[in-house]
Amino acid sequence: MSYTLEGRTGTWEIVVGLEVHAQVISHSKLFSGASASYGGEPNTHVSLVDAGFPGMLPVLNQECVAQAIRTGLGLRARINLESRFDRKNYFYADLPTGYQISQFTHPIVGEGTVEIELADGTVRHIGITRLHMEQDAGKSMHDQDPARSFIDLNRAGVALMEIVSEPDIRSPEEAGAYLRKLRQILRYLGTCDGNMEEGSMRADVNVSVRKAGEPFRTRCEIKNVNSIRYVMHAIEVEATRQIEVWEEGGEVDQETRLFDPARNETRSLRSKEDAHDYRYFPDPDLLPLVVEQAWVDELERGLPELPDDKRDRFVRQYGIPRYDASVLVAEQAIADYYEEVAKGRDARLAANWVTGDLFGALNRTGRTITDSPISAQALGGMLDLVSDKTINGKIAKEVFEDMLETGDSAAAIVERKGLKQVTDTGAIDAAVADVLARNADKVEEYRGGKDRLFGFFVGQVMKAMAGKANPAMVNEALKKVL
Amino acid sequence: MMESYCFMSLDPATVRRIARLARIGIDESDVPALQGELNGILGWVEQLNEVDVEGVTPMVGTGHAALRTRPDVVTDGNCREAVLSNAPDAVGPFYTVPKVVE
Amino acid sequence: MSLTELTIADAAAGLRARKFSAAELVGAHNAAIAALNPRLNAYITTTSDAALQAAAVADEALGKGEAKPLTGIPLGIKDLFCTKGVRTTAASNILKNFVPPYESTVTANLLRDGAVFVGKTNLDEFAMGSANITSAFGPVENPWKRRGDDAALVPGGSSGGSAAAVAAGLAMGATGTDTGGSIRQPAAYCGIVGLKPTYGRCSRFGTIAYASSLDQAGPMARTVRDCAILLQSMAGFDARDSTSVNCDVPDYSVAIGRSLKGLKVGIPAEYRAEGLSAEIEAAWQQGINWLKDAGCEIVDVSLPHTKYGLATYYIVAPAECSSNLARYDGLRFGERVPGDTLDAMYEATRRAGFGPEVRRRIMMGTYVLSAGYYDAYYLKAQKVRSLIRRDFTESFQQVDVLLTPTAPTPAFAQGEQSDDPVQMYLNDIFTVPASMAGMPAMSVPVGLGTTGLPLGLQLIGRPFDEETLLAAGSALEAAAGFTHRPALRAEVVK
Repeated sequence: MSYTLEGRTGTWEIVVGLEVHAQVISHSKLFSGASASYGGEPNTHVSLVDAGFPGMLPVLNQECVAQAIRTGLGLRARINLESRFDRKNYFYADLPTGYQISQFTHPIVGEGTVEIELADGTVRHIGITRLHMEQDAGKSMHDQDPARSFIDLNRAGVALMEIVSEPDIRSPEEAGAYLRKLRQILRYLGTCDGNMEEGSMRADVNVSVRKAGEPFRTRCEIKNVNSIRYVMHAIEVEATRQIEVWEEGGEVDQETRLFDPARNETRSLRSKEDAHDYRYFPDPDLLPLVVEQAWVDELERGLPELPDDKRDRFVRQYGIPRYDASVLVAEQAIADYYEEVAKGRDARLAANWVTGDLFGALNRTGRTITDSPISAQALGGMLDLVSDKTINGKIAKEVFEDMLETGDSAAAIVERKGLKQVTDTGAIDAAVADVLARNADKVEEYRGGKDRLFGFFVGQVMKAMAGKANPAMVNEALKKVL
Repeated sequence: MMESYCFMSLDPATVRRIARLARIGIDESDVPALQGELNGILGWVEQLNEVDVEGVTPMVGTGHAALRTRPDVVTDGNCREAVLSNAPDAVGPFYTVPKVVE
Repeated sequence: MSLTELTIADAAAGLRARKFSAAELVGAHNAAIAALNPRLNAYITTTSDAALQAAAVADEALGKGEAKPLTGIPLGIKDLFCTKGVRTTAASNILKNFVPPYESTVTANLLRDGAVFVGKTNLDEFAMGSANITSAFGPVENPWKRRGDDAALVPGGSSGGSAAAVAAGLAMGATGTDTGGSIRQPAAYCGIVGLKPTYGRCSRFGTIAYASSLDQAGPMARTVRDCAILLQSMAGFDARDSTSVNCDVPDYSVAIGRSLKGLKVGIPAEYRAEGLSAEIEAAWQQGINWLKDAGCEIVDVSLPHTKYGLATYYIVAPAECSSNLARYDGLRFGERVPGDTLDAMYEATRRAGFGPEVRRRIMMGTYVLSAGYYDAYYLKAQKVRSLIRRDFTESFQQVDVLLTPTAPTPAFAQGEQSDDPVQMYLNDIFTVPASMAGMPAMSVPVGLGTTGLPLGLQLIGRPFDEETLLAAGSALEAAAGFTHRPALRAEVVK
């Protein structure tokens, strides 16, 4: 079912394209040797190049180029062996040179594609138009002084990748899925940490609406949205606004807008817009960037297995459902954890435990897979006890909770608590005899045809044996006697 | 085919727009003189109209070198004193500007 | 001979032979500056005390026999090169109190080789000008006088202060920068030698940018050999400048006096342009004859796109400067004029901080890059620039070096040229094409014109072949026997 909005005049579909700014993971800045790391006292991660001092010149960071190429490869995109840096000229307090160096006309990465999967299982391909490198700006602080804004240039000059999608997105859900997928790929590649709260990934959202079968109508750009949830809200709110404008006989103006999550509305930034004429031209301080195909190949060989490939392999190799596989590859660390648990064990059982009990426990304790209280080896050790029938599934849950609390190994817990499964037929037969003797009336009813009581007997036997009995053997013993 | 463009002459509104883009304050009384000077230069560079540049690639760099890159190592920064040494109105560790209302 | 009249080569020899000390040599130049600079205004900032301290260090080194190529040699530094701890203004009000916390690569190279800086020389504001009359610190007076006429003449520009200082004996040599002729044209107007190296030969790091794709530092001195000595020190690869070219710096002194037998010298027809004065045309012919006598083969060549050089320049250079000068916004350095809003502060700061020519070029550049005009102006100009370079490249398949006049006229008087910016721009008509193509070029004084003013000829060479310029230049110098000295000079004033 495709997503549409109902207006007074009929059904509207929405058209969305996203421009994502992703901060490149690197030690130093795109064009200077100052640190690119977060934090730091104000204006300490700043060189005279970043502050735009007279006579200072940019020199390109090779690792940033490598990261952009890796990302391009991860997006299955064309790598442009020749690209170029342009200057985007505008005045702003946090832009020290008065221009941003950005690959406007000749980006390093061309067309690519991202596969997304929706809740109903639909798979869609979102086109990537381009990826280019550019500099981040500094930070203005407006709340420290009544008359002045304060400027900190620590972020100025940090490398960004701008990843532009085609207007292929048709619903807020797709936008969310696209952003999650993009973030997943970037994190797998180690090219961006994808942390939207810290601003290391932000999105500009282009939204328009149209009736089915129409060409594109005018779009608006919603700037700098900093969470996936907000992106989804902003699209809905903006699309609804545009539908109203059209239906009232108005025209949607192509403009830049801002999303206000508190008021759940977008607002025009038009007042700032009229002066913008960026006067792009090739930066004369930098020559065209030429990379060798051999280097691109080398970077490609060094890429990790990407989430889609990993998911497909999990389905093939471990025989687990596609949905589970998708969940397990959400993060590299989860996938690694799972593979460690599944290694040489029942892979489906491992998947159930990781996606079920482990995820539940992590959620409850507010932890992530990387600081999980139960290591992959420990969980695997517990699964071994289940597989060799030392414990049954029910006891396993108890052992798991204990592991979570104490950090002890499953074997130690089983030993300490005496939870070893009872497979001694003598003991089971005795318990069965005892239960049947104490419930003679129920035995009568059962034999009279009330089959449902069988479960009751199993429960009673298990209870009598403190849950440690092998359930299959209990079933068998009961059947024999009854 | 020769490329040819109609070189426009600047009107006062364009002079004001350029000054605004370049953040150079001008008075209304400056406009006529600036308009005359800029139009003089533009009229003179119009001679480039004669040149056939069909198929010519624009010059980028002087062709003697390719762009070099540097290794990703922190070699600079941590020089706040130098960074702020010439600032007209620094406050503590910050540069300042008249309050920006967003 | 007076210490202020020595060549760098002779002074270096004299220092080594202990005929005089660095303190004496620097002191003589300090005294000359004190006596003449109030009139010539060749220096914006003098650094006499620091120079004397440096001279003392130089003398110590000389005493230990540890002299480096330029130990104790007093030089003037164009005030476009950032000098650590020494005010660097670009002759602009906006930087009138700017003290860089860093040293440009070119000046650092000179200091490494022992040079002593006696001051920062005047220039056209941000190197934008051809007469050194746009400086916020006032015009520079050319030390030369027309015969029987005391009118103050311009020294040329933009490196007018450097040219005047070297000509008048206020420095043994100086650094210049050349974007469209800013070393060569003032060298010609002041009767000295000026060399613009190949683009990429000298680092641009720490030199205040005017037009990045054209700016190139180079030496200015009274002899070709002295230029070679200075270039030896200034040139070289710099990883901090992405346009610096990593190719070996040869021993330039070897080129001085090298035989020219068989050297092919091209004479471009297009330089016989309108407005070329008869005296300059005569000097050019004289230069051709001298090179022929030295064993050169003279070849007529054509550079058909040369005539578009200047128009191309006045699109490309303003475009780049409009962007390069955006950083002067009153925020991190430089003068600020307060304003109620950020934009008001920018506009007031940049109106007050920049002079009229700089404002004009910024606006021109802003216009040619603005939406809808980029293709018609900037892109077109960069295509024409490719054609200009192609002309040079093709002619260098036929010849080894080109010989042309440096400027269409000798120095003119302050206020003599019209207020029309375009007329002023025409002074650079012969120097701009080599700049647009990135080729090395040098101006050498070859004689005096009819009014007693020096005339210069320009040699243009292949990329990174500064040696041929030096070889041919030293031949012209030797043939011309140019020993004329300007009316205003240290020796006569003191």
